[in-house]
Amino acid sequence: MSSTPMSVDELEKMAVIIRCDIIDMICTAAAGHPGGSLSATDVVTALYFRVMRIDPENPDWPDRDRFILSKGHACPVWYAALAERGYFEKSHLKTLRQMGSILQGHPDMRKTPGIDMTAGSLGHGLSAGLGMALSAKLQQKDYHVFVVIGDGESQEGSIWEASMAAPRFKLDNLTAILDYNHLQNDDSVDDIMPIHPVIDKWQAFGWNVIDIDGHEMAQVVQALEEAKSHQGAPSIIVANTVKGKGVSYMENVCEWHGKAPCQDEADQALEELRR
Amino acid sequence: MTINHYHYLHPEICALLASDELFAKAEQQPTRYSYAEAMLELGEKNPKVVVLDADVSKSIKTNEFADKFPDRSFNFGIAEQNMMAAAAGMASTGLIPYATTYAVFASMRALDMVRNSIHYPKLNVKIAASHGGITPGPDGVTHQGQEDLSIIRTIANSTIIAPADPATTKLAVWAAAEYDGPVYLSFTRDPVPAIFDLNYPFKIGQAVTVRDGSDATIIANRDLVVQALIAAEHLAAKGLNVRVIDCHTLKPLDVEAVLAAATETGAIVTAENNVFYGGLGSAVAEVLVENNPIPMKRIGVQDTFAESGPYLDLLEKYGLSARHIAAAVKEVIERK
Repeated sequence: MSSTPMSVDELEKMAVIIRCDIIDMICTAAAGHPGGSLSATDVVTALYFRVMRIDPENPDWPDRDRFILSKGHACPVWYAALAERGYFEKSHLKTLRQMGSILQGHPDMRKTPGIDMTAGSLGHGLSAGLGMALSAKLQQKDYHVFVVIGDGESQEGSIWEASMAAPRFKLDNLTAILDYNHLQNDDSVDDIMPIHPVIDKWQAFGWNVIDIDGHEMAQVVQALEEAKSHQGAPSIIVANTVKGKGVSYMENVCEWHGKAPCQDEADQALEELRR
Repeated sequence: MTINHYHYLHPEICALLASDELFAKAEQQPTRYSYAEAMLELGEKNPKVVVLDADVSKSIKTNEFADKFPDRSFNFGIAEQNMMAAAAGMASTGLIPYATTYAVFASMRALDMVRNSIHYPKLNVKIAASHGGITPGPDGVTHQGQEDLSIIRTIANSTIIAPADPATTKLAVWAAAEYDGPVYLSFTRDPVPAIFDLNYPFKIGQAVTVRDGSDATIIANRDLVVQALIAAEHLAAKGLNVRVIDCHTLKPLDVEAVLAAATETGAIVTAENNVFYGGLGSAVAEVLVENNPIPMKRIGVQDTFAESGPYLDLLEKYGLSARHIAAAVKEVIERK
């Protein structure tokens, strides 16, 4: 494992490794959600290998920065990042979704070292992160809380309950990252239930909004660091992403939301990613 | 006069029970207020305790906690889902949040958060649910929490306490803080007689025999403990000697106390101001049917919604009053 914090160059290389892990583990499990894992990979990589104050040897360190993957179905990206960062042996990745595994189909904070909050039912994570951020303010701790939410997930009303509350509580120690990949389980977000204009909406609710290309690592890092130091209001990074990013046949194809590649498909994906 | 049969009751309460003047003359308080009072003391003792509200703090009186501990009080507005998941996040950092709202909202509006973000990871959140039962009388059905105890009981890792009166409510609130994990606390909107005091031996999971008896047992919780005691007194006048158990903890159920009552009295009536599916009656029936299927009857809200009305009138109309409990006791004794 390379040392952290990583340069943008190193982060880009790590993102490739993590994408390969995602393909491998979902192929082995023969179930899982590759599309939204691949779209969130660059953000998660930047957080775990550069931005967050964490100690893999001490996953429950009270002063650590917190991360919540509110779109919990994309947990392969979280598991891969945790394994590559040294929270647990990489061999566990092959056990995804198997009986007795520490890697459940959706994140379980009691089973997996480094998982800061159980997730899976959508629309919980931003509220949970808000609670952690409130707690930090109350206990005068300086940790930061990062929450990745989905665009489809943003159809849940509770997301907007949390979006109202975080600025009201002046939680500048909370950063949401919207993985804006434009697809959800059934179809495109625009066709099912559009969430645009997201920038206007979050600004209107009182958030500091940062609009980026969620696959340009330099932009991702800059946005996360800016959000972390922003004062007076919570930040949301609108990360414009591509569902299935990095695998040609998965990119922007709705069916790869929750479908596992077979071995041949996985081999092709790995070859493309490593190219 | 059967004063020697009672445990932990004020002597004057026993006298009022005997003269059937409990509701006319006893000191009374809605247990939601007892909760709020308990929180004022708990806030002093335990700096980790915080109160989360959802715009009913003036109704429950947790606004007094907010006045006393402004930094540790958070009003989420009318957004119970956000409040419950935020409570989970707070608990994950070592705080002890008491998420406060009405039973219908705690157990139904925010149930997904209560299940997945609080109980599944077994986070140390206390859910303080006022307006239990059909007796938030005047408010009507939308505010009558008649299903919450049954719903929460089906969730793994849940602990549920439905205390009978003001003093035991305070003891329950304090005991919950000492327990590491989710606790669902149930309170009344309406005043109930103060029958116990703070010397009551409150322990989570341990039912308390508050009246001795050998002919049958009434196992009750929350506000129907009082109705059970009144029923027992009426039955005593007819020569029947009935045990009353305050089963304040619905889950985990005190199985030992249930089985002892079955063996020693041979007939059981359960009494709850809650639907008679899935709550106390079901819990006791599950134990009896698998161990000692003695005659039993469940007093509870039947398969119906209630309506607006005064507390005691609603208990009477919907079959939850002492009169109904006493009739059920006679029936199970006859079936012995």
